[in-house]
Amino acid sequence: MGMAEAILIAVATAATPLLLAAIGELVVERSGVLNLGVEGMMLMGAVCGFGAALLTGSPWMGALAGILAGVLFSLIFGVLALTLVTNQVATGLALTLLGIGASGMVGEAFIGLPGVKLQPISVPGLVDLPFGRFLFSQDPLFYISLLLVAGVAWFLFRTRAGLTLRSVGDNHGSAHALGIDVVRLRYLAVMFGGGCAGLAGAHLSLVYTTQWIENMTAGRGWIALALVVFASWRPWRLLLSAYLFGAVSIGQLHAQAFGISVPSQFLSALPYLATILVLVLISRNRRLTMINTPASLGQAFVPDR
Amino acid sequence: MTRLELVKRPQHSVLFSALSPFLAFALTVVAGALLFAALGADPATALYAYFVEPLREVWSLHELAVKAAPLILIAVGLCVCFQSNNWNIGAEGQFTIGAITGSAIPILLPEFQGIAVLPLMLLFGALGGALYAGIPALLKARFNTNEILTSLMLVYVAQLFLDWLVRGPWRDPAAMNFPQAPRFAPDAVLPEMFPDSGRAHWGFVLALVAAVLVWFMLAKTLRGFQVRVIGQSPRAGRFAGFSLRQNIFFAFLLSGALAGLAGIAEVSGAIGRLQPSISPGYGFAAIIVAFLGRLNPLGAVAAGLVLALTYIGGEALPSYGLSERAVRAFQGILLFFVLACDTLIHYRVRVVRPAAAAPDQVSPAAQPELSHGHG
Amino acid sequence: MDPRPEHHQSRALLDVRGLTKMFGELRACDRIDLGVASGEIHALLGENGAGKSTLVKMLFGSLEPTAGAIFWKGRPVRITSPAEARRLGLGMVFQHFSLVEALTAAENIALSLPPDTPLRAVASRAKALSEAYGLPLDPSALVGDLSVGERQRIEIIRCLLLEPELVILDEPTSVLTPQEAERLFDTLRRLKGEGKSILYISHRLSEVQQLCDTATVLRHGKVVARCDPRGETPATLARMMVGAEVAAVSRAPLASVAQGAPLLEVRDLSREPATPFSVRLKGIRLAVTAGEVVGVAGVAGNGQTELFESLSGEHRQDAASLVRIAGEDAGRMGISGRRRLGAGFVPEERLGHGAAPRLLLSENLLLSRHATDARQFLGGGGVIRRGAVAAAARRISELMDVRKGAPDPEAASLSGGNLQKFIIGRELDRKPRVLVVNQPTWGVDAGAASRIRNALVELARSGSAVLVISQDLDELFEISDRIAVMHDGTLSEPLPRGEATYEKVGLLMGGASPSHHTLHREMVA
Repeated sequence: MGMAEAILIAVATAATPLLLAAIGELVVERSGVLNLGVEGMMLMGAVCGFGAALLTGSPWMGALAGILAGVLFSLIFGVLALTLVTNQVATGLALTLLGIGASGMVGEAFIGLPGVKLQPISVPGLVDLPFGRFLFSQDPLFYISLLLVAGVAWFLFRTRAGLTLRSVGDNHGSAHALGIDVVRLRYLAVMFGGGCAGLAGAHLSLVYTTQWIENMTAGRGWIALALVVFASWRPWRLLLSAYLFGAVSIGQLHAQAFGISVPSQFLSALPYLATILVLVLISRNRRLTMINTPASLGQAFVPDR
Repeated sequence: MTRLELVKRPQHSVLFSALSPFLAFALTVVAGALLFAALGADPATALYAYFVEPLREVWSLHELAVKAAPLILIAVGLCVCFQSNNWNIGAEGQFTIGAITGSAIPILLPEFQGIAVLPLMLLFGALGGALYAGIPALLKARFNTNEILTSLMLVYVAQLFLDWLVRGPWRDPAAMNFPQAPRFAPDAVLPEMFPDSGRAHWGFVLALVAAVLVWFMLAKTLRGFQVRVIGQSPRAGRFAGFSLRQNIFFAFLLSGALAGLAGIAEVSGAIGRLQPSISPGYGFAAIIVAFLGRLNPLGAVAAGLVLALTYIGGEALPSYGLSERAVRAFQGILLFFVLACDTLIHYRVRVVRPAAAAPDQVSPAAQPELSHGHG
Repeated sequence: MDPRPEHHQSRALLDVRGLTKMFGELRACDRIDLGVASGEIHALLGENGAGKSTLVKMLFGSLEPTAGAIFWKGRPVRITSPAEARRLGLGMVFQHFSLVEALTAAENIALSLPPDTPLRAVASRAKALSEAYGLPLDPSALVGDLSVGERQRIEIIRCLLLEPELVILDEPTSVLTPQEAERLFDTLRRLKGEGKSILYISHRLSEVQQLCDTATVLRHGKVVARCDPRGETPATLARMMVGAEVAAVSRAPLASVAQGAPLLEVRDLSREPATPFSVRLKGIRLAVTAGEVVGVAGVAGNGQTELFESLSGEHRQDAASLVRIAGEDAGRMGISGRRRLGAGFVPEERLGHGAAPRLLLSENLLLSRHATDARQFLGGGGVIRRGAVAAAARRISELMDVRKGAPDPEAASLSGGNLQKFIIGRELDRKPRVLVVNQPTWGVDAGAASRIRNALVELARSGSAVLVISQDLDELFEISDRIAVMHDGTLSEPLPRGEATYEKVGLLMGGASPSHHTLHREMVA
């Protein structure tokens, strides 16, 4: 395994949780809903995934528990923001605050315990090809994240259900007048987003570190939200952005390894500063953002019946 | 299927505007009781220990004021931000930077003594917080960059910066590798109000003064009117001749200054030195305070005391089978209930059941009315 | 499969009995009976707020009736969703189009078709149908880039693709030029010839007379008359609709007023589009003198909003001399500066532009008056004098006959007409030297509309310059001394009232310049 391949694998491991969380949020935002609770849902996914894997001994059960926790948690957001039409920004924040608190509470018993690792899937024979380890010997969630990107791209732009979802996000009034059940569709999107965020959290506690650390997402949920904006709500661009960010966070670690004499805190701040930078870069182009932003994003919708 | 249906009220309900925070608090208490019962603790004793016990002792009332001071100061600024539709969620970062810039005076100029030290520290703290909040404001006003994400990212940056300072250049050489800055000289300490009975410092009074001033500004002056109009309807604000950009700066700089002031007041009044962790999440809990106070600065005073109580009461939790970490979960639940109850201000909620009979079974002549629900 | 043959005795395709819809305490529709026969064009007449839209939303399944029954071909039906309505054979062309701007025409059409129709088939079928009915349409065009007329074509094609037996059209001509409306009528007559029924909703009497076989008239949610419109006059129809005589606008001849210097001048104003969906203004020139009302006609979306913002100062100009108010260069001034020069502005959208919905009426007074009347309304340190503001709001409400439930309610709780009377009264109260009004009576009932129009003419005759932007040609012909037309970001030379005809203005609205004609033909081909 060459140096380049080792770096690529490290980048993929760092990028996968971002990608998983962001692809879910992309679908949510395409349906016109802004769920700022990604960080909270990820934490719940991480702690529940860790716990379930520990109890059952099966990392797959952990991944499943992570998804379930994310979905259930997202439903709290759904009931408030979709049924009771509360302010979406505030409700998303509440979800994150609750996620930080609840995951800390649940995870108290897990602190310091060794976890169960979700082992890589290797394709025998192909592993020895150039970049074979990167392509054919990674953890299952790496492949799932790529499949999800392809699946979401296909769903949004090649299927009628995807068209309906986009129409709901772009103009919920029109969609409602046409007889589309806006609220039901948004519930489904929010639950999908929750499942993805939960799985992203489970990646952190089952693959990335295999332990439970309080607040272990360290802002990744927020970075995922920024990535969706940076990718202008397009799945393939999201893939690129997530890997770009994976590279930034890995570069930070490697710089430390190479003994670059910058205080570690400054290097740790890099991903956050990079997030701000890309947000500024993308929002400077007002025209582009305006065309791509789902027009109903974050707006309350009360169906009249 | 039975479903909930919202019916918009023609006017907002005055009753529920007043009632909703209390309703939300009551619901949170019920949720807490259920949680205690599920854990096998007697809900009544546990709730008593959580919510009433701290109010019975003078020293813990002091603690309440210590905790409430930063919460109220920050939340008062957030009221202005949220009312003007500027989502500053980075108050925790502005708090941290305010603590740093304020502390710079006693740490960098240890020889500088006297009565002027403290006011200068407070001023620097407020300035630092304001400037730090000015970053997301500038990016939003200039490039239309989403302020939620930028202000939040800056929280992490501020915390890392503080971490570097107290482990690096500002570390107390006398602390034997312990990551903390030197203890402040007496002139740099925000004094306690009644040193004989407890720790409460003048930061609490600062918070009350700030709340009253900002309330007056919001409710009575053209400036406050401008904040409210733009927050409700930016286009109407522009039609009124108000500058949206200027308003972004106003809201962010004001809330940043108050968060910075809270930061330096906390460090100088409650802690006495800079250290890696100076806040149990005040900047985020203040978001809850602002909403629980219905974005009214005077409401934020009451709400700040309530949230402070959740911190203090939380110290009693371990005896009831819960960790202190449950405090944050409770705070999150409280915000959910606040948001849900606020729905009642603008909407009536009806439970709708579908019509009992399908029309095919209804003889139209005998029963022309199809009932579709009830209120 | 026909257990109740007696229901087939009626020849009505659609039969509505006792249909009622309550919104809280408000009876939007009150025991409405309506029958539409096969092969007829049936008019549903009524003022704004009479309950027409609520009724058709119930027919199309987007609103649930509180009580009453709907019979379709003699059978009782419960229309629970638009999909159900379409399945029965009802088609709907919405007034505020139910189109998604970010999607193409074909994608928009696909949204209302059964989910198994492939998008390519949708496009080719839509294309075929559009050719058959002479409604040119480009399936791959983004809706956001299309004019309102073109958007309506998409709505109509989308509706016809489902081969409905009853087509409901909600105020279809409000967005069309007179010539486009004629073409629409041809299409509707053809559909009638094919045996389809049409429920035609309008408040325009002349077109109802011209087109419809039967009319049902609604007022305050109730059916007040049924008639054959061809046997009525516009005056008798208007009386049924309004329930009273509507005072005509008394317009003193312009000559009787001393014509002064121009108070509002626009000199070669151009503006780049601010958003992807807004219109570029090109070389606008205009002068409105003291004493006159100048009307700006045009189909919505041709730059009226952009012009209004440029005049009001919500969008400033690069050079001060581009807009002059009362003889002063105002181009670099914001809206407050222009107000201080004596100008007043009334935007098209009432809630969210002219007024903040959740603020009190008195606070909304302050919204446009805080700069010009600071002495009256503000004390030291910018403290608001609530008493003075409330007194002024009361005065305006009384003068304009604003009806409201509480002494000082939230703006959103007022009806459209009453809020508009207040917003116009708020400006008139200052006696502005220049008044720019966009859509003064859009969605306003006839009584309030006539009051507003009279007030505008009176203001002009007292020596002010009044510019009225409106899509309602009748209104412009009633009150304007000169009429200019906006099309695609350009403004025509104003025609004096004596020379302006509906036909001339209509052609200008359609962009009857040589270059545009070729473009149009290319699109048809």
